[in-house]
Amino acid sequence: MALTFLDKKRSVAGPGYSKWLIPPAALCVHLSIGQVYAFSVFKNSLVERFDTSGTAIAWIFSISIVMLGLSAAVLGTWVERSGPRKAMFASAMCWSTGFLVGSLGIATGQLWLLYLGYGVIGGIGLGIGYISPVSTLIKWFPDRPGLATGMAIMGFGGGALIASPLSTALLTLYGGSADSAGASALASTFLTLGAVYLVFMLIGASLVRVAPGHEDDEKAEHQPGRNGALVRANEAVKTRQFWALWVILFCNVAAGIGILEQAAPMIQDFFRGEGGESSVSAAEAAGFVGMLSLANMAGRFVWSSLSDKVGRKPTYMMYLGVGGVLYALMATLGQTSVGLFVVLALVILSYYGGGFATIPAYLKDMFGTLEVGAIHGRLLTAWAAAGVMGPLIVNGFLDAAGTPGQLVASDYYPALLTMVALLGVGFVANLTVTPVAEKHVDHDVAGASEQDAAPAHTTGGTR
Amino acid sequence: MTQTPQTPQTASSGHAPGSGSTTPPLVIAGAWTLVGVPLAYGLWQTLIKAAQLLG
Repeated sequence: MALTFLDKKRSVAGPGYSKWLIPPAALCVHLSIGQVYAFSVFKNSLVERFDTSGTAIAWIFSISIVMLGLSAAVLGTWVERSGPRKAMFASAMCWSTGFLVGSLGIATGQLWLLYLGYGVIGGIGLGIGYISPVSTLIKWFPDRPGLATGMAIMGFGGGALIASPLSTALLTLYGGSADSAGASALASTFLTLGAVYLVFMLIGASLVRVAPGHEDDEKAEHQPGRNGALVRANEAVKTRQFWALWVILFCNVAAGIGILEQAAPMIQDFFRGEGGESSVSAAEAAGFVGMLSLANMAGRFVWSSLSDKVGRKPTYMMYLGVGGVLYALMATLGQTSVGLFVVLALVILSYYGGGFATIPAYLKDMFGTLEVGAIHGRLLTAWAAAGVMGPLIVNGFLDAAGTPGQLVASDYYPALLTMVALLGVGFVANLTVTPVAEKHVDHDVAGASEQDAAPAHTTGGTR
Repeated sequence: MTQTPQTPQTASSGHAPGSGSTTPPLVIAGAWTLVGVPLAYGLWQTLIKAAQLLG
């Protein structure tokens, strides 16, 4: 009825619609949902508000990340078939509703409403929003998929950079502070963020367009992956290549999250003297976290764009192989110099971001553009699993080593060496990636696309 | 077979932004400004914070 303007067929680009409006449309969504990485801004105030443990509050973030992975996997096919405008609209509704319900929970003192709102409902918005522009971008930029998805997924990293100072400013505006905000300031900040993100995401939904010729996936000209592969999502999950890519993403994310989650205390622990005092202050540690966020964001764009030139497999060999060497250097030499430690961490975090941004293009290379968004959604379960496993591994080793605030560099060796091993597993998985077997290809669609698009492929090949 | 006024391949064949398109350049600039300004604000705030480590 009234919402038919959201339909895929109603959002196809007219002749002459500029493809350069698609990345900002995608960024409207990714800059908004990237707020989730800045959730820790509220942690202390929420602990105080609900008079509970940090772990109980950390569950809100964990639930949202798990829901991201699950909703992307379950709703990926729906997103692919419904088109980006409807998906972005749904994401905007869920994401802002998550804030509104969370605000109600804060105002009434009911933590379960934050779990339900920000965690579950908001998490569904995260999952839909994350994958909503990916397939569309790949279809608009078939010759530069790494660049296109890098631009959007860079926004997810950038969202935290915006949300952190914005949230602090809002808390102050409403009479609180980042370290200690009352229920009223917290609830008002959540309400404001929900409203701002709703508007911003809806602008993205109004800007986005389906690439011409893709209004009906069954009739569209799809660009095949290697060896002419066009594979549907349900078939892709039966391939060895999908699970190799799942392992690659899992290992890369788990290793990166290990540093990201522990960054501030880690740099202080690495440079703790014999008297127990660290030569790195709390303010300097916060600066280090900021630099890591920048590296994470920059890596998403730079490395993913580079993968268009050098190919996806060599790019992941760099993330996982060089990344493993850098982790080993950090474990063995990291405590010798703050400068060296920072440089190593920055490159590692740029690889972490790059791994996220390059994976859609890798999927496109393997399975073609037919249902690449839905396949990407299923692959994001690796992110959800790594988001739980990575911190568990690091915290497990650190808990066994001693008390927070008294740890030293050597206490991190087991965790860092485990990360090296994880990256080694990912490196081997990457080596096993080969073109998809013929039996998985959808020959009806592949045949039609080859006939229709043969001339175009000779000029617009991808790597 | 399919009627395509402009295939994605043609849409992305390396034209400069706006060329071959009827979208006014001002609209494209406005869209990029909309996402660029908050991103620049976030980058600036993060650089200020990061400067504490370098300074």
